[in-house]
Amino acid sequence: MSNAATFDTRTDTAIPVESPLAFSYRHSGAPRAGSSSRVQLRERAMLGHLILRGGAIVLDEAVRDVLGISLPGKPQALVQDASGERSIQWLSPDEWLVIVPSGEEFPLETQLRERLGDSHYAISDVSGGQTVLEITGEAARELLMKAVIYDVHPRHFPVGKGVTTVFAKATTILRRPSEERWELVVRRSFADYCYRWLLDAAAEYGVNVEQ
Amino acid sequence: MFYIYCPYCGEHREEEEFHPKGQAHIERPKEPEACSDEEWGNYLFFRNNPRGVHHEMWVHAVGCRKFFNVTRHTVSYEILETYKMGEQPTITADSQKQPREAAAVSHQEGVRA
Ligand SMILES: [Zn+2]
Repeated sequence: MSNAATFDTRTDTAIPVESPLAFSYRHSGAPRAGSSSRVQLRERAMLGHLILRGGAIVLDEAVRDVLGISLPGKPQALVQDASGERSIQWLSPDEWLVIVPSGEEFPLETQLRERLGDSHYAISDVSGGQTVLEITGEAARELLMKAVIYDVHPRHFPVGKGVTTVFAKATTILRRPSEERWELVVRRSFADYCYRWLLDAAAEYGVNVEQ
Repeated sequence: MFYIYCPYCGEHREEEEFHPKGQAHIERPKEPEACSDEEWGNYLFFRNNPRGVHHEMWVHAVGCRKFFNVTRHTVSYEILETYKMGEQPTITADSQKQPREAAAVSHQEGVRA
């Protein structure tokens, strides 16, 4: 176990917890389009986000032991566990993003630190700093084509790929965990801007926001 | 649309994701204390400004955020190759004096229009 100072960022006190989009729902609303909707938008709020840094071989062993999925070594790769609830994404040759269900991030960090011992690595809990916006529906790709500079054609962006790129002038992570689902990982401070951009860009498809 | 090949991401990416960071292959003097003022001044402030082939450092700022090297032609702006930090260019001003085909054989193109 390393001597790094860690702490659980989730409090068990009665402080109300708000997602990064709580403000946006109050100010911009959450349109419902019903059955005519061609794009559905949903925030997957409060998930656990960890950034792993270090050598691929050392981290891979630890991650496979603790999480049961192997670290993607290929650039732009995104892997998930069988349930699809836990994922690891390649961000750079020595950096990965791990997303796990709410509340799992601190136990996971602790287990990884125990397993990694004195190896050369870093783990940062960034759960409070970013959020996941999920985009589904038949017009999802059309919507992305208006907003990201990256080529989202299925030939160029197959399932299991994720990139850090520019979405509406903001730095975001765009990933495709399944055939019909796209995810944007956005900074908390950009969340309102991105949400309002999405509402505007998706208005023509009859956007439906699930809360 | 202008694409640059990132050697770490292993694919061509939009120019908007990159930033240039000046001349590449500048080595910090091993013993700064032993440098003359002129040597230290040259290291800190003086840069090449060639007409033709130039080796530059770029960063994939929105992306993998890694620094890498670019061999670029300062007249045509053509990117002749990109390569990782610590590696040496295969295309240089000297190699460019020979016929182009010989130098560019089997090499990863740096840019695609
Ligand atoms: Zn890159």
